[in-house]
Amino acid sequence: MQSIAVLLAVGVVAFSLFRYVGDPINAMVGQDTSMEERAELRTKLGLNDPAPIQFLNFIGNAMRGKFGLSYRTSEPVGRLILERVPATLELSFCAAMFVLLVGVPMGVYTGLYPKHWSSRSLQAVSLIGISLPPFLIGILLILVFAVMLHWLPSFGRGQTVQIGWWTTNFLTWSGLKALILPAITLGVFQLTLIMRLVRSEMLEVMRTDYIKFARARGLTNRAINFGHALKNTLVPVITVAGLQLGSLIAFAVVTETVFAWPGVGQLFIQSVQFSDIPVMAAYLMLIGLFFVLVNLIVDLLYFVVDPRLRSQGGTARVAGH
Amino acid sequence: MVARSALSGWLHRAADSDVWWSFKSSPMTVAAAVATFLIVAIAFLSPLLAPHTPFDPATLSLSDGLKPPVLISPDGDWAFPLGTDDQGRDVLSSIMYGTRLSLAVSLAAVAVAMVLGIALGLVSGYFGGTVDALIMRIADVQLTFPAILVALLIDGVVRGIISVKRHDEIAIFVVVGAIGLSFWVSYARTVRGSVMVEKNKEYVQAARVIGLSPLLIMVRHVLPNVTGPVLVIATLNLGLAIITEATLSFLGVGLPSTEPSLGTLIRLGNEVLQSGDWWITVFPGITLAALVLAVNLLGDWLRDALNPKLR
Amino acid sequence: MAVISNNPPLLEVKNLRVEFPTRRGTLLAVDDVSFDIAPGEVLGVVGESGAGKSLTGNAIIGLLEPPGRVAGGEIRLEGRRIDNLPYEEMRKIRGARIGAIFQDPLTSLNPLYSVGRQLVETIQTHLPLSAAEARTRALDLLKEVGIPGAETRIDHYPHQFSGGMRQRVVIALALCAGPRLIVADEPTTALDVSIQAQIIALLKKLCREHGTAVMLVTHDMGVIAETADRVAVMYAGRIAEIGPVRDVVKHAKHPYTKGLMGSIPSLGVRTERLTQIDGAMPRLTEIPKGCAFNPRCTERGARCLVERPSLMPAGTSRASCWLHDRGGVGAPILKETVDA
Repeated sequence: MQSIAVLLAVGVVAFSLFRYVGDPINAMVGQDTSMEERAELRTKLGLNDPAPIQFLNFIGNAMRGKFGLSYRTSEPVGRLILERVPATLELSFCAAMFVLLVGVPMGVYTGLYPKHWSSRSLQAVSLIGISLPPFLIGILLILVFAVMLHWLPSFGRGQTVQIGWWTTNFLTWSGLKALILPAITLGVFQLTLIMRLVRSEMLEVMRTDYIKFARARGLTNRAINFGHALKNTLVPVITVAGLQLGSLIAFAVVTETVFAWPGVGQLFIQSVQFSDIPVMAAYLMLIGLFFVLVNLIVDLLYFVVDPRLRSQGGTARVAGH
Repeated sequence: MVARSALSGWLHRAADSDVWWSFKSSPMTVAAAVATFLIVAIAFLSPLLAPHTPFDPATLSLSDGLKPPVLISPDGDWAFPLGTDDQGRDVLSSIMYGTRLSLAVSLAAVAVAMVLGIALGLVSGYFGGTVDALIMRIADVQLTFPAILVALLIDGVVRGIISVKRHDEIAIFVVVGAIGLSFWVSYARTVRGSVMVEKNKEYVQAARVIGLSPLLIMVRHVLPNVTGPVLVIATLNLGLAIITEATLSFLGVGLPSTEPSLGTLIRLGNEVLQSGDWWITVFPGITLAALVLAVNLLGDWLRDALNPKLR
Repeated sequence: MAVISNNPPLLEVKNLRVEFPTRRGTLLAVDDVSFDIAPGEVLGVVGESGAGKSLTGNAIIGLLEPPGRVAGGEIRLEGRRIDNLPYEEMRKIRGARIGAIFQDPLTSLNPLYSVGRQLVETIQTHLPLSAAEARTRALDLLKEVGIPGAETRIDHYPHQFSGGMRQRVVIALALCAGPRLIVADEPTTALDVSIQAQIIALLKKLCREHGTAVMLVTHDMGVIAETADRVAVMYAGRIAEIGPVRDVVKHAKHPYTKGLMGSIPSLGVRTERLTQIDGAMPRLTEIPKGCAFNPRCTERGARCLVERPSLMPAGTSRASCWLHDRGGVGAPILKETVDA
């Protein structure tokens, strides 16, 4: 339900942008087209049709990847975006791995031993983590590791390998090196969020009756912490983590600008600066689609983890414990 | 006389309250409060305190350009304690003016978000039905997108509607509006929840029976209930708003370089970072991080102090 | 209901003190509490909320919630001191030697694991059984606690059981490693009245069959009267009176217990109205000097305002009341106003 609403809303916003803020004719043809030709095109394209019909046409075109021409480069928007999707997806994937593999264990640890000095210092560091804007983290990383130490590149993807239409960083040494700083930059903010979330959920779960009862049954700490507590912590964490990881793609906008990473985020920023409406509309649809996919995966995971959903046919989502 | 004893009674209760106790017993929080106060005070007094007026071209001299900070290098000049940028602007003064602008924009944005969110929350919770469903659906959809993206989108649209030249003049309002519009959801949800709970209580029914305007009841009885949560959200939002403004300006779609905020300063410095003139970027960056950290610490503490469940 | 009083006690609690440090000073929540439980015996512990009965139970299973802590006294199980054991040693006793049942069956079970899995993991933690053997034992236990269709129910999740059925599962979990003692903290409070009696009957039956002793913590005097062999009445962190349940109910020795018994409606005797004790139990921060009950007591004397009584023999029971001391309560305190 939620997913459909989001897709619909995103579609309407993208359509309104495309149709009313920008000039769709400009998106289609070059600068040198005459007024008559434009008017003719206008009728031919159905721009004089009622709005709902135009909307349906727009969605139909969008589904076939047709978003018109970029105002800025006069290239088809669909192709522009498709060229840049691999860069963004690979960057986001690395950042997501970094977030999950580091953030969740840190959250579990600080949740289990909240009073320990190392937890307290992690907690303090995490607050610095969410107080540093990502672009600042990127700049500092560049300053230290690229400008001062010359260890890692400060911009671009390095050498990439082409596999079909997909270009990948994963197959060359320089490509992998180029991924490190951007992935950390993109991940740090989410990492601290996930860590703090896991920690507070863990603390919450440790206070529940069933954990107390598990202790009263004499279960080992290992079974309680990593069986009972962790599994219950995961239920609420999955939702938020899913959304957070989904938003990595969007946050890539900033990171890609800092590291001159040739992804869709950078394309979007350029389109905002030039008010390149077709590209903005297409980017919006892309993000919406990605959100819906993430939501689907989250729902499936829920189903696997929480038996209460399985037996009720997955209709009701049980809040709390 | 009466007023005074009421005040002293209030002060006495405030001093005895759990919130005040938790404030005093957390040195980090006290430090954060002091830091916030200092940064805000210095920023707003920058016309009086700053050694230079960095964005008055008449006072600039290119021969002062790219001076390093005094404490780091013997080439430094005590007239420019934190060094200068390539135009010969004093970094310290730029930071003070920049912080003032960043704070002003962020506070205004939070105010916009708060007013909008509370109003929509009241309407949504009170009227319910279709209005409620519509507002909450919009909220859901908007939450899907990070605030920075929403703000970018709004900014891009405004650029599409008005000319680039005019845009620089109204840039500050665009940024305030864009950030404000991207943060209203959490206020609306909180207020709506509270209204839904209070709406069916007996005193509201009773007040309705004696003919009081229901909206008046809501405003008078519900709003005080949500002061705490709204305050927490506002504080945490202020940190986010500062970051968002800085990010927009850094990306070159926020405040123009003629009126630089902290984010603009960092962007300008970043352009010459490769040549190793780090101070132009790093000092505004530190200021930004310190400001956000202090505000976040306050927000964090406020949330814990007002949430008895966590104590 | 023969009580075997000659055997050495299963559980000995001596001079137990539980403290809670707070920012307004340390609260003494359990103050100098001593009692024994014989093997197979059911000891009821009653009192108002805040009297310290649940904390005493938690102290015995070694699960006081921080910052609460045992500040003095000792707890012995089968002669072995258990209040100062390291966490890991105490963990091996919990579940194996001492079982526990908590108030709310709805929240006592982990919602994400099937009841069978929770039973099997508890059994395997304490007994050297294979997974298949543990499952057989789990199945037997479920049948024993009266879960219909145990063979299929064993793989169900807690949310698929009703409240009463869940409490049966909880009882099975408490019993599954064959403990000698069960600490049952308000085991029926969260249940429907109609189900309470069933659960209490089940608990009583199972413990008799297994020879398990029970410390039954409740505020429900009716449950105690039906179930317990002996009863301890707690007030403001101390034991006001302890003795065989029949004697305490019929011939209460402490004025607080008398008041408590007067407030229970009885079917046999026609009374115009139930008596009640005026006032409320003092907060732990404001326990008066002398006997903690003195502000509410109708039989107090001058001595009660100054000296705190400990448990002393009073007939077949023992009570903390100067009425049962040779010195008595001291000079009467005149109530000037109500004189006429």
